[in-house]
Amino acid sequence: MATIYIDHKAYEVTPGKNVLETCLTLGFDLPYFCWHPAMGSVGACRQCAIKLFKDEEDTKGRLVMSCMETVKDNMYLSIEDPSARAFRTQVIEWLMTNHPHDCAVCDEGGSCHLQDMTVMTGHNYRRFQFPKRSYKNQYLGPFINHEMNRCIQCYRCVRFYKDYAGGKDLDVFAAHNHVYFGRAADGTLESEFSGNLAEVCPTGVFTDKSLKSHYTRKWDMTMAPSICQHCSLGCNIIAGERYGELRQITNRYNGAVNGYFICDRGRFGYEFVNSINRIQQPLVRAHIPEPADKDSLYRQLAIILTKHRTIGIASPRASLEANFALRQLVGKENFYQGVSETEAQLMRNILLTLNAGHTHSPSLKETEAADVVFILGEDLTNSAPMLALAVRQAIRKVPFEKAAQISIPTWHDAALRELAQEEKGELFIAYPTKTKLDELAGKPLHLSPDEIARLGYAVAAYLNTNSPAPEGLSKHSLKLARHIADSLKKAKNSLIICGTSLFNEAIINAATNIAMALSGEEKKANLSFIVPECNSMGLAMMDAPSLTYAMEALENRDIDTVIVLENDLYRRGGKKEIDLLLEQRKNLVVLDHLHHETSNKASILIPVATFAEAEGTIVNNEGRAQRFFQVFSPKNENFRESWSWLDEFRQFQNGISPEELQEPGNLLAGMVRLMPQFKGVDTLSPAADFRISGQKIPREPHRYSGRTAMLANINVSEPKPPEDHHSALSFTMEGYKGMPPAPLIPFFWAPGWNSVQSVNKYQTEVGGSLRGGDPGERLFSEIRSAERRYQNHIPPTFIPSAGEWLILPLPHIFGSEELSIYSPGINERSPKPYIAINRKDAKNLNAVENDLVQLRIQDQSYFLPVRIMEELPEGLAGIPYQIPGLTGISWPAKGILTKGNT
Amino acid sequence: MISLLRTIGLTFMHMFRKRETIQYPEEKISLHPRWRGRIVLTRDPDMGERCVGCYLCAAACPVDCISLQATEDENGRRYPEFFRINFSRCIFCGYCEEACPTYAIQLIPDFEMAEYNRQDMVYEKEDLLIDSQGKYPGYNYYKIAGLDAGVKEKGTGENEDPPIDIHSLLP
Repeated sequence: MATIYIDHKAYEVTPGKNVLETCLTLGFDLPYFCWHPAMGSVGACRQCAIKLFKDEEDTKGRLVMSCMETVKDNMYLSIEDPSARAFRTQVIEWLMTNHPHDCAVCDEGGSCHLQDMTVMTGHNYRRFQFPKRSYKNQYLGPFINHEMNRCIQCYRCVRFYKDYAGGKDLDVFAAHNHVYFGRAADGTLESEFSGNLAEVCPTGVFTDKSLKSHYTRKWDMTMAPSICQHCSLGCNIIAGERYGELRQITNRYNGAVNGYFICDRGRFGYEFVNSINRIQQPLVRAHIPEPADKDSLYRQLAIILTKHRTIGIASPRASLEANFALRQLVGKENFYQGVSETEAQLMRNILLTLNAGHTHSPSLKETEAADVVFILGEDLTNSAPMLALAVRQAIRKVPFEKAAQISIPTWHDAALRELAQEEKGELFIAYPTKTKLDELAGKPLHLSPDEIARLGYAVAAYLNTNSPAPEGLSKHSLKLARHIADSLKKAKNSLIICGTSLFNEAIINAATNIAMALSGEEKKANLSFIVPECNSMGLAMMDAPSLTYAMEALENRDIDTVIVLENDLYRRGGKKEIDLLLEQRKNLVVLDHLHHETSNKASILIPVATFAEAEGTIVNNEGRAQRFFQVFSPKNENFRESWSWLDEFRQFQNGISPEELQEPGNLLAGMVRLMPQFKGVDTLSPAADFRISGQKIPREPHRYSGRTAMLANINVSEPKPPEDHHSALSFTMEGYKGMPPAPLIPFFWAPGWNSVQSVNKYQTEVGGSLRGGDPGERLFSEIRSAERRYQNHIPPTFIPSAGEWLILPLPHIFGSEELSIYSPGINERSPKPYIAINRKDAKNLNAVENDLVQLRIQDQSYFLPVRIMEELPEGLAGIPYQIPGLTGISWPAKGILTKGNT
Repeated sequence: MISLLRTIGLTFMHMFRKRETIQYPEEKISLHPRWRGRIVLTRDPDMGERCVGCYLCAAACPVDCISLQATEDENGRRYPEFFRINFSRCIFCGYCEEACPTYAIQLIPDFEMAEYNRQDMVYEKEDLLIDSQGKYPGYNYYKIAGLDAGVKEKGTGENEDPPIDIHSLLP
């Protein structure tokens, strides 16, 4: 610890950090622009100037930029020094000379760092009388709006987009006071992380275009802490509502998970909540579809649930509570995972490894500290985007280790970049096609899934002779395997990443072998699994049989009712099998929020709440259970949490009449009692009766407007605000105004800090964990509980078979996910159906790029345009995974290609 | 006794004084132009809606009786999709007028808004918007703001330089 003196007061601080972040950690309000906690300092904006004195006696001192000064022991500083204050005011005044008179029509207004800093420095009157500079804007695609006049040249956007996220198409152009931040030409921003520009930009140059289409100021939104539902990483988000519509998703800082950023699928994929495709009311389809009121629905259900034998099909995108309520309703023996047997088997395998405790499943934050990364069979940018960003940081930061030796501090961004030049850590990617991370990998390995597994086994065998070695591997592959093994062995913090994207069990086994071979007695190797959906891990932990067994049960046992929970089964298996499954039953009860193929076949359809209207808990790929909270109370009373519907149905079963229904008790506590593997999920957040000074935590900022007018058109007497019985959050602006506990932070705000930069005030130290610890609880223990056993199911060499292709599911960040596709922006960015084959295969088919070929796969036939991918191994054909029009395929799949006639 | 008679006398004298009470509604009081009465939404000199839907009036309102939703036309000009004031809650404090950056919302010297039915005191945009510039003639926000919303092109606003040619290297 070092002692520094700020304005004659002593503080104990960590040495080595920069003075700016130290001052912010200590709670001082020091203005800044170009510094960003995740990106370090460059000292460009001159806004954070303070006085530094030689020693205690020195009264003159000198002005320094606090972001460029290292904290040392016995530093004498002054923030309040008149000349330092004058300097900061002057800098703002200069920045404002060209800033347009736009705040009223600027989407940043009310959550604008520039506004906050201008107020903070006290600049309030424009003395500059000369004309303002102006720029033409660019079209930047469906996500980001561009208004270049507002720029203050802090360079944060390009530093994030290019240096941090590896984007290529945003840059700075022109010279001197004409610098321009944009693309070389109008066009969509290609990066998957472009949405973060809206948060990184301290003013309104880059703003959220989806918010613009239903614009609401930050102070007018009802917000709640939530968890992203669009991939398995479980990034923390803040979801905001106004007038009964979900309006915006922003990042919610979690030091252990997503830090300061989220991907575009998470940020812009929320619009399904407002979709016209929502199921609006219960539907009983007897002869003709008829909307049902609650009473007739209850009557119908009471008959079905008491007289019929029922099975329940759960969902990997429903919360633990919902899945557990279904399990309680149908009973353990009638409860099935709503995923294919292949997927269930992959998940069982992953769980086995995670439970064995020989390897460590790292958080996203821990991932950033890896030095050698080996990715087997995953296109991270498309299947788990934020993990790709974390890997990028890990690889980028490796050469920074040398910086300490020549005393360059870790926050000195420009110096570190000069030092690193083109140098980076080692990254190996084995994947059939090119991926965006390939540019960082030494030599990408484009192999078929089985070959990836064989390579993995070979690497593991080099690392530990107990691990079985594959036979018949080429000399070249063996050399490669040895090289990878050597690099991994040398690494201080190696990381293996694999996942379920290719539906190949051998890859997961091989990756497990590598990680086990790397793990010593002291130190465990990092092994990350990418799983298919937001709660795939939680569902797998419930340990239920898969859909295949549900079908078997329907055939063999006397079952006539199937309850499907938040699941479109046509995304889980072949169309034919699912048709068969759904046709065998007498009653099909579907609970979901969107209409889809499965819900169209339902005899009883029940609308449920989306993540924004419900509370729930999900488990991410790392095994971290996280809770999301209800954002708003929907206008439509039918939008109720699946678990509350299901819990009521359970009561009918027990003969309770609809009039005597009781509120569901604490489902999670019951779940932990029945399934001890979930120990800890019931204490993720403060209980519903938690109060601070007798008050709840308000979901609305204290300047929430329009309370007495927003519903006045319906009735001038305001209704009582909805109450939240399930959490310590309230739906109003009344409540505790101080800092809420970390799991209950509905929005970031601090006095004088209206923008998202106020997160500094919520952290124990800048860039560290939230006060009171980052929310979420890891469910897998680190204790080794089983013998170290190497897997030994090495697949044979992949030989392309004539006339039959192995069909690869190629994930796409925009398009492959079921819910996000309902956002118009995401839909626009999603690919059109295509089939990727290599040039030689195309030649054999007599097809050229964009020719239509017929793909016959599991009794279905598709006509798809050819996309030639040079790198794809022979005998493989890739199609975009689960994009609309390409669902109903049982994976892994083989198919026959023929040149189509158009 | 004397003081009693004096008081009666003074009261009697009041009969010959000028009357303070006026015969409202036949007779109207003349109100100062800055009198804070009925709230209106005004138009700019080109008869475009002045309100840009910035939500500042709603935020400033101490009784939260203003609610609106901003939207945009095809040129990117922002305007309120709906604008509602619940006059049964309004306290005529004038904070909304003070907060308005575009002179759109103005309080005018008119107070005759009484209704038998409270629901009728909820005013929508159609009830609020007038075809006049109100107290502040000549101001058109979009000519001063930096962005192009179909009112003026980039760089042609008041006190604004033409757009920068980013390909130029001239100082």
